[in-house]
Amino acid sequence: MNQTSTLSPRSATTRSDAVRLQQVRRSFGDVEAVRGIDLVVRPGEVVAFLGPNGAGKTTTLDMVLGLARPTSGTVHVLGLDPREAVGQGRVAAVMQSGGLLKDLTVAETVRYVRSLFTHVRDVDDVLERAGLTALADRRVGLCSGGEQQRLRFALALLSDPDLLLLDEPTTGMDVEGRRTFWSAIRDDARHGRTVMFATHYLEEADAYADRIVLVSGGRIVADGTAAEIKARAVGRTVRATCPDVDDAMVAEIAALPGVEGVDVRGSSVVVHGTDSDAVARHLLTRTTARDLEIVGRGLEDAFLSLTGADERTPA
Amino acid sequence: MSTATDATRPAPRLGGFNRVLLTLELRRMLRNRRTVFFSLLFPAALFFAFAGSSGGDERVGHGNVSAYVMVSMALYGAALTTASAGSSVALERSVGWSRQLRLTPLHPLAYIATKAACALVLGALAVGVVNVAAVAQGRAEMPTGRWLACALLALLCSFVFAALGLFVGYVVPGENAMQLLGPGLALFAFLGNLFIPITEGSALWHVASLTPMFGVAEISRAPLTGELPWYAVVNAVAWLVVFVGGAAWRMSRDTARG
Repeated sequence: MNQTSTLSPRSATTRSDAVRLQQVRRSFGDVEAVRGIDLVVRPGEVVAFLGPNGAGKTTTLDMVLGLARPTSGTVHVLGLDPREAVGQGRVAAVMQSGGLLKDLTVAETVRYVRSLFTHVRDVDDVLERAGLTALADRRVGLCSGGEQQRLRFALALLSDPDLLLLDEPTTGMDVEGRRTFWSAIRDDARHGRTVMFATHYLEEADAYADRIVLVSGGRIVADGTAAEIKARAVGRTVRATCPDVDDAMVAEIAALPGVEGVDVRGSSVVVHGTDSDAVARHLLTRTTARDLEIVGRGLEDAFLSLTGADERTPA
Repeated sequence: MSTATDATRPAPRLGGFNRVLLTLELRRMLRNRRTVFFSLLFPAALFFAFAGSSGGDERVGHGNVSAYVMVSMALYGAALTTASAGSSVALERSVGWSRQLRLTPLHPLAYIATKAACALVLGALAVGVVNVAAVAQGRAEMPTGRWLACALLALLCSFVFAALGLFVGYVVPGENAMQLLGPGLALFAFLGNLFIPITEGSALWHVASLTPMFGVAEISRAPLTGELPWYAVVNAVAWLVVFVGGAAWRMSRDTARG
């Protein structure tokens, strides 16, 4: 079944982008799951598609795989139509919903799927890469969730794809399973494979991606390296009790350097900003504020504020 | 990695239909103890029970009662096998395996061809086991040509129940389909005149003649009995249409959702 690869005229287009989405929209009845996404993923990138549940992550990945068609806009994968890229084994995926046959063993499952591709890697090779060598003869039904997920990963590696998509790959795994899974992915990505994964775990995006694309409500709300995303969230929250707070005072605080938002709740003032010292100094010296409290903000807050999922502290 | 990037990879031959796939699918079915027991062993046991009783040597058409029972049991076994194969397709869709396969170059027709080939092989095995049991027992009697024709017809007719299995597999989610199909097919087999002869013309016979296994049983036994009533053919065709239609209807709804 192995075929020697040959150069073809298509190489010019496939060298361009791993994924190219242009103004992609997708509706289900009245619900618009994806509302205009533009995204280019370059070869070799490891991209996290980060967002809360219902952000449109799975729908977008389904369109990249050709499992769903965009309502409008265009999707290109490796310069090809998604179905063609999948049909050639150039793109593979570990899907949330992808099932396995419980009555086959791990190795049989790999041989089953391997028989469908023309350009394949060895069974032993993918089992090793997925850390499944010791489990080769185990029935799939007896494997843990993490082991089954590594099997899906092994299946995805069979065709030696240029692009690997992972949809919430570690959902339901314990800490150890998650760690083993990601180390297998990381080791593999070192060889230059483009990886795009959807997750709602911040730590995963932070730890394993070169680039984070933050999605919310079917749109991209931020796109950059983990450091860049974090930078958008750098800052602290200053909270103080201030019974005689009024609009003028709020305007004054809002005008301070680095202040991103001022929020009044009853007799409390909550200020978000990058220069907490300046805010604290102002509050203590120019107003009647007391009981001052300063709290740092992390990636979590950035995530929540950028995705609009934060109901507690609208910034 | 780099050479692979530049290659246009050819599609698999025959849409992905291949020997590895066939072997593994067969192995899966034979691994299922319920399939092996109910489709391969149970019908043979029933044959010994029914054909062993007195009257087995009585003449029927071109053969004897033992041969008649053998054809009936072969059809019953094959029907259970193909129904089980049909329901497994629906089960694979419900657990998401089909979705996994959509990420490969496997053509849907090649997938169906694989499943059909497996059902054919296992159906033939079910028919074969009962026939071998009959030969071993030594009482069944009919001309060799008619014997083979009966076996072949039983196998072909059993495909009506592959469609039923597919249909029921879609309606009853998960692994419960066979728990419904097992007793259901036993009831159909009883009404289809496979287990105990129902007196022709009786009230029960009139009801039974409308049930799904009645027609195909008459067709399978036609080379032996030498007669093929028109209502048996109508019955078989009508139920085939109903089951295929039902399966297609559920399948299209399922596809629209996925």
